[in-house]
Amino acid sequence: MREKEYRYASAAHNGLLFLRGVPGVAFGDRVSIRDQRGQKRNGQVILSSDELVMVQILEGTDDLSLDDTWVRFLEAPFEMPLSPDILGRVFNGIGEPRDDRPPIVSRLRRNVNGQPINPIARAYPREFIQTGISAIDGLNSLVRGQKLPIFSGSGLPHNKLAAQIVRQSKLLGEESRFVVVFAAMGVSYADAQFFREDFESNGVLGNVVMFTNLADDPPIERLILPRTAMTAAEYLAFDLDLHVLVVLTDMTYYAEALREVATAKGDVPTRKGYPGYLYSDLAEIYERAGRVRERHGSITMVPVVSMPSDDITHPIPDLTGYITEGQIVLSRELNNQDLYPPVNIPPSLSRLMKDGIGKDDTREDHPRVANQLYAAYAKALEVRNLASIIGPDELPDLDRKYLQFADGFEQRFLAQGMDEDRSIIQTLNIAWELLSLLPGDVLSRVSEADLARYHHWNSNP
Amino acid sequence: MTEPGTVIEINGPLVRARLPGIASGEQVRLGKQKLTGEVIGLDDDRALIQVYESTEMLRPGETVIPLGYPLSVELGPGLLGGIFDGIQRPLTNLREQAGDYIPRGLDVPALERDRPWAFIPNPDLKAGQEIRGGMVLGTVQETASTEHRILTPPGVHGELLELAAAGEYDLKQVIARVHTPLNGIQDLKLFHRWPVRIPRPYQKRDDGVAPLLTGQRILDTFFPLLKGGKGAIPGPFGAGKTMLQQQIARWTNADIVIYVGCGERGNELVDILDSFPELTDPYSGRSLMERTLLVANTSNMPVVAREASIYLGVTLAEYYRDQGHDVVMLADSTSRWAEALREVAGRLGQMPVEEGYPAYLASRLASFYERAGRVETLSGESGSVSLIGAVSPPGGDFSEPVTNHTKDIIQTFWALSKPLADARHYPSVSWTESFSDAVEAAARWWSENVDESWQEKRSLALNLLSRAEELARIINLVGAEALSPIQRWTVEMASLLREGLLQQNALDEVDSYCSPQKQFALLDLMIGLYQQGQALVKADVPVSALLALPLLSRARRSKNLYGNDQLDELHALGEEFRSQLEKLRQEYEEQNS
Ligand SMILES: Nc1ncnc2c1ncn2[C@@H]1O[C@H](COP(=O)(O)OP(=O)(O)OP(=O)(O)O)[C@@H](O)[C@H]1O
Ligand SMILES: [Mg+2]
Repeated sequence: MREKEYRYASAAHNGLLFLRGVPGVAFGDRVSIRDQRGQKRNGQVILSSDELVMVQILEGTDDLSLDDTWVRFLEAPFEMPLSPDILGRVFNGIGEPRDDRPPIVSRLRRNVNGQPINPIARAYPREFIQTGISAIDGLNSLVRGQKLPIFSGSGLPHNKLAAQIVRQSKLLGEESRFVVVFAAMGVSYADAQFFREDFESNGVLGNVVMFTNLADDPPIERLILPRTAMTAAEYLAFDLDLHVLVVLTDMTYYAEALREVATAKGDVPTRKGYPGYLYSDLAEIYERAGRVRERHGSITMVPVVSMPSDDITHPIPDLTGYITEGQIVLSRELNNQDLYPPVNIPPSLSRLMKDGIGKDDTREDHPRVANQLYAAYAKALEVRNLASIIGPDELPDLDRKYLQFADGFEQRFLAQGMDEDRSIIQTLNIAWELLSLLPGDVLSRVSEADLARYHHWNSNP
Repeated sequence: MTEPGTVIEINGPLVRARLPGIASGEQVRLGKQKLTGEVIGLDDDRALIQVYESTEMLRPGETVIPLGYPLSVELGPGLLGGIFDGIQRPLTNLREQAGDYIPRGLDVPALERDRPWAFIPNPDLKAGQEIRGGMVLGTVQETASTEHRILTPPGVHGELLELAAAGEYDLKQVIARVHTPLNGIQDLKLFHRWPVRIPRPYQKRDDGVAPLLTGQRILDTFFPLLKGGKGAIPGPFGAGKTMLQQQIARWTNADIVIYVGCGERGNELVDILDSFPELTDPYSGRSLMERTLLVANTSNMPVVAREASIYLGVTLAEYYRDQGHDVVMLADSTSRWAEALREVAGRLGQMPVEEGYPAYLASRLASFYERAGRVETLSGESGSVSLIGAVSPPGGDFSEPVTNHTKDIIQTFWALSKPLADARHYPSVSWTESFSDAVEAAARWWSENVDESWQEKRSLALNLLSRAEELARIINLVGAEALSPIQRWTVEMASLLREGLLQQNALDEVDSYCSPQKQFALLDLMIGLYQQGQALVKADVPVSALLALPLLSRARRSKNLYGNDQLDELHALGEEFRSQLEKLRQEYEEQNS
């Protein structure tokens, strides 16, 4: 143990503290700092040589006096203490209590950075989760162990949707519920409170672990927070065999904090000033979701990513999309029409649904119905676009049917109540009602057998 | 070997160390944890080291041990069916030793040393004979479908003193002794090492002559790649790069498939590991896993090992090529490799030129793809390496540096389109943005093996698609009513072509793999329908009458309705179309007269 405390930092700015002439400091070491008022701050070594040590200070370097700052190197990385008692608790980004209750005492502590999972240790996620939301279950099904973000924008109801997912998610034919790890980064007190109240009113608060760093908390701590949260999630899933649902909100604020520190460090900026390692950094967090062979628990992850200026090509949603297993994209246009949930179907995707749906999981026709709805809706949107140019009356008959389909799809399939919990069979039946607005000939994504069984074109003139 | 040195500075995956006398490219082990690293630059007696594992808790003053050799691969039997990380550690053994997470500093050899192999010496070789690098010493049956030739390592040249008799040998045993003028007596085993950054030698390059078939119509029929060719699959996230690469890995007519997951998802590799052993190779009838080798450096594994994984993959590919095989290597995604380069360059303080990438990005890409090719091997056989890289452009913007430079290098460009993917038209390969410069060579093969009119019908189809695209612009301005009957027919037939031919669902049991014969049969069917219908429209048969024929919806579904072994039914369907259309023509002729 290095007992020594060091004084006289040589510089401090933008959340970075520089010390000269402290030899042998470990890279990534956790640092404890006492400022001139005796207040404690936390830091981490991000560059180390005998001449110069660079420390990132989670609480920032504002009004840090160089002469009166005491620095202690703790000879350990950031660690999260773990025990079943973490359920029902609220922590800050480094795992210290925020709920006025005593700290977790446990001999089990884990490095919040985790270790990369050996890819062959993974079990491929295949179990369908019914969220009760048609846009998800029918077209972008979630499976246990998947990472499926919500791409949203300011003012869009991503919180409501995330809360509804948490509330309603269940496995078909299974009673076991999810425990929830909720990580809030940079969101407002009101948003965090919304989730808290939602958990509380559903009586699940005791099954939730919260990690919060709100809008007015020091931003650099956000860089550690999702790691701490994932360490807790891994413990619950793979040590305690629980099924864990992780909500990370909002990853955009996380990435902005990352950019802030990267800029201060002088890292080479790439698109929109974000550092080149943003992809890998996000992947270190997102890839911690999943299933592990021979273990019973699982980590399903629903990160919320708000798209700056609703731009899906912005680096944060873009790189997220490159890592996660699909995305649920929210649409401002649908939201303006007061449609809930305003899911923008064409760019939404679930990559893992293929193994979680169909004959033994949901219903035999499900994969083809989903495909057909996508294709028909894409076509219908084209027609709608055309109708807005040349007027609907000029359209051929078939095109007018497509218009009807588009409206029905949005009003009856997509739209549903915030507490409406549809079964997957209900969802598929609505889908066929809508597909029956179109003649069977044009439905080439479903099979002839599907048509014979579910399409009631003739009875629906 | 050089003396051990000490760590001076740690900056993420980049370490500076005092290591006088070290050579650039040499491998080292750092600190108590014995982390693996590679010297990538020298600055007086300071070495710049990129570390393949997390450097957390490494500190200045710790020891650096030079290993005396560059980053190398082990080449020998036991590779196929395996899965390795970016520096060729076998992930299966790693899990057995260390559990579900990958710890640091673990040194596990790629090939199992104790596993015996039935070796059959090359009957043409006799003691006393002169042998050279690349010559076949003998064979072992590596998997039921692959004969593994044990090669004299390139560079070894001398008199064969001894060659082992037929029998079981493991990797520790000597199977040949060679007296070389330069290095004295050398013992050869069933495996040897090769530095990954140096292309393996061959006698000469050959031109590609046969297409690399993939069973995917939009690739084989429209934008073919030759065996030994280089291809790229750029596309935004979710457009289908991985699925397409997996489809190629499943259905290609190559002998060996090397799949490199470079900075992508862990679950995608598991998907392959779970499904390939159950799938059969359409050519050999054996389990697909027997011809497949995986390299996995997923996005959560250390960044710089991604860079190594690409070279590891291509060196493995060259090794099987040197045994006379046709090999295809799929890299998903080359962008993550380029980003690893950028990451290291940035930390080295090298001048960024575009989007943070160093100036040598283009030349690195070019020299990587240059390792593709069809060659005459050192032992005089023909072998090939085809390279297919996914590219993940930020924001789906193809003008970004990696896509842009790649496009200049490769021969076949399979551009994925977001609008197609959004409409669930898969594979979302755009027929307007993609290109292949191998059409002429492929046409010779199609003409000899499938049908002489392949090239003509292919052009007709592309033509039809592009005309329909122009017409679509008109429709979007003034509506479909403005089209002439012929134009309407064109639009309808292009839509049939898109749905019935171009679209191919990887998850559909019947249509996932489409044989060249079936590809042509479908093409022929649709072009026939188009041309005959066109003649009818010209003879004033109303388009609506044609569209009312129930056979059109049949044509749309024929890809799923008829398997690769039901070509006769498909041809019969074509006949039926012809007679139905003929009947229609006569009806209208009678009406009009
Ligand atoms: N040929 C295909 N047939 C059927 N479905 C497909 C096909 N190609 C893609 N898809 C669908 O699209 C999804 C996304 O494809 P894929 O994972 O290959 O995208 P990607 O381009 O590799 O994305 P990323 O860059 O994020 O890795 C798949 O999960 C699948 O649902
Ligand atoms: Mg992919």
